[in-house]
Amino acid sequence: MLTLTDVWVHYGRVAAVQGLDLRVEEGQFVGLVGNNGAGKSTTMRAITGTLRPSSGQITFEGTRIDGRAPDKILRHGVSLVPENRRIFKRLSVAENLQIGTSGRKDRAEARQDIQEMLERFPVLERYYDTPGANLSGGEQQQLAIARALLSRPRLLLLDEPTLGLAPLLVDQVFELLQKLHEEGSTILLVEQNAARTVKIADRVYIMRAGGRIEFEGTGDELAARGGLETAYMGF
Amino acid sequence: MALSLALLFSVMGLMNFAYGELIMVGGYTMFILRDAPFLALVIVTIVIVTIVSVLMERLAFRPLRDASPITLLVASFAVSYGLQQLAYMTVGPLPKGVRPFDFLADNFQVGSVTISVLTVITFAVTVLLLIGTTLLLNRTMLGIQLRASTEDFDMARLVGVRANSVIIAAFAITGILAGFVALCYVSRNGSVSPTMGTGPLLVAFVGGVIGGLGSLWGATIGGFLLGATVTALQASLPVDLSSYTQLFAFSAVIALLVLRPSGLFARRAVREA
Repeated sequence: MLTLTDVWVHYGRVAAVQGLDLRVEEGQFVGLVGNNGAGKSTTMRAITGTLRPSSGQITFEGTRIDGRAPDKILRHGVSLVPENRRIFKRLSVAENLQIGTSGRKDRAEARQDIQEMLERFPVLERYYDTPGANLSGGEQQQLAIARALLSRPRLLLLDEPTLGLAPLLVDQVFELLQKLHEEGSTILLVEQNAARTVKIADRVYIMRAGGRIEFEGTGDELAARGGLETAYMGF
Repeated sequence: MALSLALLFSVMGLMNFAYGELIMVGGYTMFILRDAPFLALVIVTIVIVTIVSVLMERLAFRPLRDASPITLLVASFAVSYGLQQLAYMTVGPLPKGVRPFDFLADNFQVGSVTISVLTVITFAVTVLLLIGTTLLLNRTMLGIQLRASTEDFDMARLVGVRANSVIIAAFAITGILAGFVALCYVSRNGSVSPTMGTGPLLVAFVGGVIGGLGSLWGATIGGFLLGATVTALQASLPVDLSSYTQLFAFSAVIALLVLRPSGLFARRAVREA
């Protein structure tokens, strides 16, 4: 479904991602974990079009998407829940949800989907006319996920969705992701919380500084090679 | 005008100093069409100014889409001077008279106060434009996309907002507003010249800074406050001091900006997560 082949991304002369190969198959839950500054968010930015790779290819369902505009990539079916949520704080919850349907033409169905999101996330119905700024961190995260789902993505990307959340809310986010996966969503999750990600994901990539992949495989394969601690130290 | 400047500044980081020249273009359109029927003059002026505004984006600012705000600022000065020089070369440096329509020059009495039809129409147009812009920004998908883009343009694109559409819409809206400003301004002043847009632009810019250019409503209110302050000073100052109106008004602006550098209505998140 999503394939990154020998992708390099530079900030000036610094290579943040070096020759990355990564695959996400339809229906899979793939985790991309690694330390701060490893290049995970840069990878997300390259996939969603806010950064242009300096070389390599990114294809989604057989179509090359690297270098395309973010709104075009969204219309291909790739939606992002960004780091720090980035909801529109001056817009109401209702408007944040509406703007999540920007890439769609089926307005009637989009309205129906907004209703369904309100049922799935009751807190959003409670604060429907409230500015996004008034929501707590956990509520904002629910809004960011609902907004991303409203484009009806075929691939959902999440960049550190538990960052800065209280432990109870972290549990809620992982439970939600598990549920979305069980409902058939294809997910690529970038996380620093490697242990939780390995537990929930079908496959996991461990990224080291400079965007190099140290390990790729299932949780069982990782355990067989000594687990996360060994992976982080380098096999 | 302040709303227009704030809209472009928020969406694409552009402080468009060529905005005054849109009013100049509107003014010369009115000069050329001075013998046309009133309604035709109004419609054609607004259409021409809107087209020039959109062309400005396509030809001058789109190639610089990802450039720094400084580059955009310099480009806006270049467009501004370019259009002024074009006016100098084609219609000449001397002001041209545009006689207002007779019915606009009519006055009527309310008690002891004499009010001109033009004043009433200018006020009504301003109120209608504000209501229209408010409805557009709050009740339509385009408006929501514009407001989202003013807050976080990259994120807006990530949720599917088309960058080109939203920026062209912003230039078209500012063009329509500039068309109305030209109609009211020229009808009031009765003449057009290549540099006629500079004065109103300065007032709008300063008004926008007072309100806070990051906030659409703040900038609008700032523009009104400055305009109202200048008018109130003109009306209330003794005759020997009235020529210093602008000095008093802009001194107050400096004092205000020392106290609130981000403007009167700079936004603060109600509760940060």
